[in-house]
Amino acid sequence: MNELLRRLLFLPPQASTISSSVDHLHYVVILTTIASAIGLSLLSLYWIVRYRRRESDDIEPPAESAPTTSLWVELGIAGLLFALFFAWWIVGFGQYLRMRVAPANTYDVYVTAKQWMWKFAYPEGAHSIAQLYVPAGRPIRLVMSSRDVIHSFYVPDFRLKQDVLPGRYTTLWFEAPTPGKHEILCAEYCGTNHSTMRAEVVVLSPEDFGRWLAGRGGDPTTAAPPDGDPAVVTSVGPGKPMSLERVGEQVAAQVGCLRCHTLDGTPHIGPTWAGVYGTQVPLADGTHVLADGEYLTESMMDPMVHIRAGFQPVMPSYLGRLQPAETAAIVELIKSLRDVQAPSPGVVPPSQQGLAPPGVTVMPRMQGDVRVGPNGPEVPQP
Amino acid sequence: MTNPAPETAPVLPIAGDQPDYLHWTSGVSSWLFTRDHKRIAIMFYVAVISMLGLGGFFALALRTELLTPGRTIMDATTYNRLFTLHGVTMVWLFLIPSIPTVFGNFLVPIQIGARDLAFPRLNLASFYIYLLGALVTIGGMVAGGTDTGWTFYTPYSDQTPTRLVPVLVGIFILGISSILTGLNFIVTIHRLRAPGITWRNLPLFTWSIYATSLILVLATPVLGMALGLIGLDHGLGLGLFDPAVGGDPVLFQHIFWFYSHPAVYIMILPAMGVISEIVPTFSHRRPASYMAIVVSTIAIAFVGFLTWGHHMFVAGISELDAGFFGALSMFVAVFSAIKVFTWVMTLRRGSIRFNTPMLYFFAFLFLFVFGGMTGVAVATQSLDVHWHDTYFVVAHFHFIMVGGSLTGFLAAAYYWFPKMFGRMYDERVGMVGAAAVFVGFFVTFMPQFLLGNMGMPRRYYSYPAHFQWLHVLSTAGAFILGSALLLALGNLLVALVNGKRAIANPWHSRSFEWLTTSPPPKNNFGATPNLSYSPYDYSLTEEQARAQASSR
Repeated sequence: MNELLRRLLFLPPQASTISSSVDHLHYVVILTTIASAIGLSLLSLYWIVRYRRRESDDIEPPAESAPTTSLWVELGIAGLLFALFFAWWIVGFGQYLRMRVAPANTYDVYVTAKQWMWKFAYPEGAHSIAQLYVPAGRPIRLVMSSRDVIHSFYVPDFRLKQDVLPGRYTTLWFEAPTPGKHEILCAEYCGTNHSTMRAEVVVLSPEDFGRWLAGRGGDPTTAAPPDGDPAVVTSVGPGKPMSLERVGEQVAAQVGCLRCHTLDGTPHIGPTWAGVYGTQVPLADGTHVLADGEYLTESMMDPMVHIRAGFQPVMPSYLGRLQPAETAAIVELIKSLRDVQAPSPGVVPPSQQGLAPPGVTVMPRMQGDVRVGPNGPEVPQP
Repeated sequence: MTNPAPETAPVLPIAGDQPDYLHWTSGVSSWLFTRDHKRIAIMFYVAVISMLGLGGFFALALRTELLTPGRTIMDATTYNRLFTLHGVTMVWLFLIPSIPTVFGNFLVPIQIGARDLAFPRLNLASFYIYLLGALVTIGGMVAGGTDTGWTFYTPYSDQTPTRLVPVLVGIFILGISSILTGLNFIVTIHRLRAPGITWRNLPLFTWSIYATSLILVLATPVLGMALGLIGLDHGLGLGLFDPAVGGDPVLFQHIFWFYSHPAVYIMILPAMGVISEIVPTFSHRRPASYMAIVVSTIAIAFVGFLTWGHHMFVAGISELDAGFFGALSMFVAVFSAIKVFTWVMTLRRGSIRFNTPMLYFFAFLFLFVFGGMTGVAVATQSLDVHWHDTYFVVAHFHFIMVGGSLTGFLAAAYYWFPKMFGRMYDERVGMVGAAAVFVGFFVTFMPQFLLGNMGMPRRYYSYPAHFQWLHVLSTAGAFILGSALLLALGNLLVALVNGKRAIANPWHSRSFEWLTTSPPPKNNFGATPNLSYSPYDYSLTEEQARAQASSR
């Protein structure tokens, strides 16, 4: 019955300890809604037909007008409705309290939201971007804050959502009984790329989680992969030495540059990086500027100074968000792309249909995306 | 469908011998500088219908973009601006002014036997202030637009790189127009009622406009304050709502919803008033309970001020607040339900004629009950946690705003068309239009409830591919709805020129506005009528009612 109704109402899987009880209330409320709308409509239809004006009727009905409904009947109906709504309120408010008040002995994960990504930090020192790893069968409490505007942490499979605010902490707790992957969506509009601010919860068995933590522990600046399949992550040792442009590519994926900029010349929200270095780029005010290291660095740190012609002034400043070495690595990456030709305009490669800019190693969000390992993009095993 | 105008013994309207308001003077300036509430209403009519067209065009563009999970016809920035403009246009340029400024303006003075509103010049000023506000708002849209959503949530609206201030200024100006209109109605209804009209036989549509006006006057200043503060925050970096300098972004949500939740009742109460007129007229029977409708109208207006926090269950408010706001929201729903039961009970043992306005009533009934009950559902805290900011909420408020208010607007447009223009519309096309509006609406928004259940957040430019088929269905529905609206309004436009001449009271209603000619003369009545009976008293024949109204 539960499974049938869940599918009929298009609800996602019930993956947290509270989700099935919330769904039960959902079924009652929605079925009552459907029944009352259809029932009242059918009743009216019946009366409209039953009491239709007939040709034989006079224009004027009999002088004795139909009796009015007594106030007591109205009050009775109102009282019944109020009792029904009150019952929903009691159940719903009780569930709400259970959702909001975390049990003792939770495992805490610290969540930072910013335009347009999710970062997770664990008490043991590990951290991850776009993937939240948690152990199954243990209450998890998320302590969340935002770096810029209001975001909202939403996991449909858990039936849970909580706004994430700048300048204060909000919390959300859940317990997922079984391992699995669940989508995280940002539910509060947060600017241009709001709809790409997605991530996923990866629920691991407690043993796998322990292994993952061990592989992730220690100095966060170690060149661990920004993401990896938890099954293989322990086999990855400290990063091998990488070229600066490779580091740049990795940083660009991590901090979100590639959400807006492409590496192969395809137009996107921001200007492509292909073939830009060393050219005179047109600006919105009609002038041109030489795209050298100085200009590129300024664009990252103070993007509103020189707006490229044909693009919206939407880029956030990365001042304080990028280490000097990372800035240099991105400049080096752009420099390495100076000979890449932009494809002729109007040709939209098929990969443009999805979310990811084409031909780009994006920060992984969903299964099937190209993943960035320490040695460059890795295609997941089929 | 029976012809609504059987030629029986002529019943003479009490209008004296004056030319009707459309013909007593002519020329452009006789319209632009008129102080006649009926002509001002017609000017508002043209303006709000244009705004409905503009907002509808934005809606179709948005729905087209959502056909595919990625880019379809526009980029993310354009999409974000368009959904903001769609919301701003529909809320402030169409829904809030629609029924009060058009039908309220035209009918409230006639329903209470007055010659005009209390302040005719102020009424004309309301129109021009509305026009100025609309021009500034649309100008702001053309000059770049803004991408914050019609809710302007901080601190994003503090930081948005788009031009926010012109749109804020435009809405602020529209608010001034709203307040003036509301004041004018309140004073008119208090001071200009004809002899015999008390608070116990005031027509129900006038009651609903009265309650709406109270909300307009009490809530709109808070909107002005919110817009002003956010303008200072965005333009001058005041930082009231910016946590970076110690401000509080949630404070803005409280101020904003303190206006914007009552604004929902500004939009729906007039539509309820329209339905409360149509049902007794076509059932030929007094409302099952006049008092129940009046009391619930006033209760909705006041309790509506105490429910704003249900927009913020996941925003970080306390659990105690959430408990109170949820309970108060359900309390409001009970009053809406009382109205619905009263309308349905009115049908029982009536003598029902089924014309286009009744088909709109039937559509309204289903959509409003469904939309209203989903409102109770989202006021249930634990359920709202899943639904908040998803398409479920989008579908819910479109059921109320489109299924309720727009359907009510169309019902009024058809019901009072003979009164306003003295002609009959084509009944068959009217019926087809009403049915098509219902079907288009249902196909557009029913899939959105399911999308919300699946977890599709609102304001998403791109979305995971498994949501696509429901989006395609919804877009198809939007185009059906758009065409149906063109048909429904086109039918009235054709009737304006080609319609059969209407008699004074084609629906054989007892409501007071039907006592005078259709269209009414400039002064509405020949001499001030004596309206000491109930406008829903069908135990009187039309002749008896008229005789009573002309008695001294």
